[in-house]
Amino acid sequence: MTDTAPSSTAPAPGRDPLWRMIALAWPRGTRFALGVLLGALATGSGIALLSVAAWLIAKAAEHPPITALSVAVVATRALGVSRGVTRYLERLVTHDAAFRTLADVRVRVYERLARTEPVNRFRFGDLVSRLVSDTDATQDLLVRGLTPPLIAVVTGGATVAFCTVLLAPGGLLLGAGLLLAGAAVPLAAAALGRGPGRRQAAARGELSTALVDTLYGAPDLIAYGAMDSAVRRVAAADDELTRVARRDAVLLGFGAGATALITGLTVWATLLLGVAAVDGGTLSAISLAVVVLTALAAFEIVAPLPAVAARLGAVRASGERLFDVLDTPPMVASPRCDREPPEVSPESGVDLRIRSLRVRYGPDEPWALDGVDIDVPPGRTVAVLGPSGAGKSTLAAVLLRFRDPDSGTVALGGTDITDYPLDQVRRVITGVPQDPHIFASTLRENLRLARPGAGDEELWEALRRARLDHEIEAMPDGLDTEVGAHGMRLSGGMRQRLALARALLASPRILVLDEPTAHLDPDTRDAVVADLLAAAEGYSTLLITHDLAGLDRVDDIYVVADGRILQHGSHEELAAEEGWYRDAL
Amino acid sequence: MKPLDPRLVRTARAVRVHLAVTVAGSVAVTGLVLAQAWLLARAIAGATEGMGPDDLSWVIAAVAAVALARAALSYGAETAALRSAARAKSELRRRLVAHVTGTRANDVPGDTRPPGPGAVWLSGQADPDQGTGAPRAGEMVTLATRGLDALDDYFARYLPQLALAALVPLSVLVVVAKADWLSAVIIAVTLPLIPIFMALVGWHTQARTQTQWRLLNRLGGHFLDVVEGLSTLAIFRRAKAQADIIRRITDEHRRTTMSTLRVAFLSAFVLELLSTLAVALVAVEIGIRLMYGMLDFETALLVLILAPEAYLPLREVGARFHASMEGVAAAEQVFQVIEEPLGKTAEDAAEADGSAATAPLAFAAAPAGAARIRLDSVGLTYPGRKVPALRGVDLRIEPGRCLLLTGPSGSGKSSLLSLLLRFTEPTSGQILVQDPRGDADWIPLRAVPVDAWREHIAWVPQHPYLFDDTVAGNIRLGAPDASLDEVRRAAELAEADAFIRVLPDGYSTRLGERGARLSAGQRQRIALARAFLRDAPIVLLDEPTAHLDPDNAAAVRTAVTRLLEGRTGIIVAHDTGWADTVDTVAHVHEGRIGTEVLL
Repeated sequence: MTDTAPSSTAPAPGRDPLWRMIALAWPRGTRFALGVLLGALATGSGIALLSVAAWLIAKAAEHPPITALSVAVVATRALGVSRGVTRYLERLVTHDAAFRTLADVRVRVYERLARTEPVNRFRFGDLVSRLVSDTDATQDLLVRGLTPPLIAVVTGGATVAFCTVLLAPGGLLLGAGLLLAGAAVPLAAAALGRGPGRRQAAARGELSTALVDTLYGAPDLIAYGAMDSAVRRVAAADDELTRVARRDAVLLGFGAGATALITGLTVWATLLLGVAAVDGGTLSAISLAVVVLTALAAFEIVAPLPAVAARLGAVRASGERLFDVLDTPPMVASPRCDREPPEVSPESGVDLRIRSLRVRYGPDEPWALDGVDIDVPPGRTVAVLGPSGAGKSTLAAVLLRFRDPDSGTVALGGTDITDYPLDQVRRVITGVPQDPHIFASTLRENLRLARPGAGDEELWEALRRARLDHEIEAMPDGLDTEVGAHGMRLSGGMRQRLALARALLASPRILVLDEPTAHLDPDTRDAVVADLLAAAEGYSTLLITHDLAGLDRVDDIYVVADGRILQHGSHEELAAEEGWYRDAL
Repeated sequence: MKPLDPRLVRTARAVRVHLAVTVAGSVAVTGLVLAQAWLLARAIAGATEGMGPDDLSWVIAAVAAVALARAALSYGAETAALRSAARAKSELRRRLVAHVTGTRANDVPGDTRPPGPGAVWLSGQADPDQGTGAPRAGEMVTLATRGLDALDDYFARYLPQLALAALVPLSVLVVVAKADWLSAVIIAVTLPLIPIFMALVGWHTQARTQTQWRLLNRLGGHFLDVVEGLSTLAIFRRAKAQADIIRRITDEHRRTTMSTLRVAFLSAFVLELLSTLAVALVAVEIGIRLMYGMLDFETALLVLILAPEAYLPLREVGARFHASMEGVAAAEQVFQVIEEPLGKTAEDAAEADGSAATAPLAFAAAPAGAARIRLDSVGLTYPGRKVPALRGVDLRIEPGRCLLLTGPSGSGKSSLLSLLLRFTEPTSGQILVQDPRGDADWIPLRAVPVDAWREHIAWVPQHPYLFDDTVAGNIRLGAPDASLDEVRRAAELAEADAFIRVLPDGYSTRLGERGARLSAGQRQRIALARAFLRDAPIVLLDEPTAHLDPDNAAAVRTAVTRLLEGRTGIIVAHDTGWADTVDTVAHVHEGRIGTEVLL
């Protein structure tokens, strides 16, 4: 393929991706609010347990009658139970809400993708899997990114208010301590960690490249006696990474140290203020015990927060990538009118006429197709042949309606294809794309995709035409065989034939076969082409290929290079005339 | 999975140092926890008895000192742990790389054993006819970089908490037992219950999760599958219909996961419940006994402050368990690889039959005259395979002549190249070589030092690997000291000079990871330039023009013909397209070599 990824020209909406992700989760807000409430009760229970217990003991020290303690005794026991129970419920509620949000977000993302079909972004598997994990990051945002700080705000506020009532300066001090430990320290730690993160990522990248070269290139290195120097390069990269990591450890320890310092000093200062207040008569001895022990327990509130900053950063990065894809405008404009495609009987077929077709992937990009004229008369088999980078796959993308032509026409039965709704064109033109996707399901489901509700006889008929019937009959589960992710349990040739059978089931009028033999080894290549052409008998077929195998069976050959047609004729004509085709034979 | 892999402790010195530091730090933290509790109890009780700030000044000052000491300790512990983690990761990484490449880690100086078949096997070349090794190379790279980073958390967070979980509860128990035996009994009974209940719950969950694992996996992968197949769905007009299916499957995934989580969260529930309930029980118990005068206020406070501390490290260990298990799992994977034998190297084999010592080193020093090579009923069976890749192969390769090996894929023709490259050794029969000048003796190939032998060979694989280096650097692979003029000359001979010149920086252009800049035909010509620069008497070519379009194939063909002039050549190809370039054609079928046809 010549296609280079198009530059993202989407207008970047001004909103922070984090907010946009929250907006996606908004419909489930009530469930999350319940989760936050339960979480606050859990954390609150833990702190209240110590406050009540401190009161109980300080009061007991005055040897009151047992009835004076009974409420505190009951409260202590209740708090001992409630913390575990509410925490358990909180986790269930937030996870359930996160999964519900995930379903919402996946559907929204998918609907958007299905509308814009940014297929050229999807040629690289890792981009797709990243998009999917970015979508799934919404779960993280809610469970680990938003819930903990909200719980901290609720419980922190309540605890500070309680302490302020007992001892105003002590309460304010605790508030300051919690703010520092819960917000300032995590933010500062994140800021301090940015440099080390960058440095280590760079060093890790170097190491990774050196490792990839050494392990993947091992046979070449060994054959040429260069393995030792490659291993030395790995060792040097490893040294650098280790050196950077050890040096930066000094910065990364900051968070842990600062949190411990603030916790300890807050407790100390509370004690100091409390003792002075008791001495001055403004605080009862019982309240002193309560305030100091509450302060001691209160830092549990901020413990989960340092992880939040990092989590939110990762989620924002996910959001940026996600919305970058979602904001891509569609490559195909809506049809100018909602026309039905020409009704044609299977016998007569339909005529495909391409005139002066020009396509490029951006205003500054070279023309991938530069004025191409091709005719596919009804029932004929036409091949488009050319070296890689000639623009052949762009042609397939235009015919399958993944791209609009920049200029020129593609006429189907006399009407331009851009005048039809997408799906109407695809009812007439379908085929086998260069990397047909086989779904992780059964053979039957994969086939039925093309014709839902097709009976087994129809499926077997398609498999027979694709010469796959014998192999599948030999499988113990037949059509119910699970093919595995990407159809990995099938051989490359079988996947290609399965994709062909699927295209045949859709019974289009025009069949586009884009590099059906790429990724096949030479022995199976010839057989697959022969079978494809035999199966396509009776269809108008456009075979796109870089390889001359089987071209003596087609009616017409167009040789394409650099987006232009070099030669045109039958196999015999081209073989006889001076030029590219004869050289390649 | 054990919380602390003994192999990790044994192999990495940094780990042992780290453990010692961690234990020492934990002892200090335990002391500070106890001191803080005692000081707070003392201060509050003192104030209750009517002492003022002046009377309690040393206690209060000591609380501040403890706070400072704890802060310094946690900073130091975290920093030290990250530093040890960096070192331990580096040690593991080096062992891993040394093992899979067959080189030795540089902590064994003087060992210059050449790379063995390990590395070759890794990239799927040792068994070229059905090689599936490349994915493993990818796994190794991930493991050695991001995989091992999981050890950071393990070292810096989990191990210290593990040490504290062992030390703090015991020390607290001892102190509380001295102060109030009944509280100590409550703590002593509940503490061990926590791990027992957690183990029970975990055991139950695991059985349950495993039955659901497949279902979860399938449901979880569905969305990715649909998005990856979007263009296929679009072609068949099914794209829009999938949205409902996505919602249905994701909801099903949620229900299944939630039913698993309801059980999985029980383990944390038990931990929270028991630890909090125990503190509540202790509080009520000391409160009532305090009321009856069976306990003094200060002791009661001390017990109340210490009771939660006994459970805290357990909870922390529980909270970090999963993150840390990733680290343990990564380390375990490394050990699995390191402990896996990779088969004998060429040198090992030579040592084994005692021929290494008698190897005529003179052979290595012989001028570039090609050796005469003879295969005597050579057989090869890859480890773990039943069907031999080669059987009873007899073949004679004359200096300066060119042989074409044809046959379908899987017939064993690439295995023959592997044998000549000594990526692998015959499992039966032997390969002999002879210096063509005079009437020297036939020498077993295994007796020739591997490095010296490979210097006689230039190899152009079917998919040459290009390194993330400059064009010149890539061509210099087998001749690192060659001048730029020599490199350019080799590129000219390989029909590569023209396209290299128009690259942005010519010969200094970096090719990017795996030579991403170049097309298949250009990569092939870079590999040919390597072979020209190597200037070796024997040339091995594997499917030089397969998968190339006609233009590129023609250029490669010209260069190959030029390369073969005056050299011994062996070309492997699936068809006889090279027949007019060679002197002899032999057909390989199911591991046997057919009759040679002289042309």
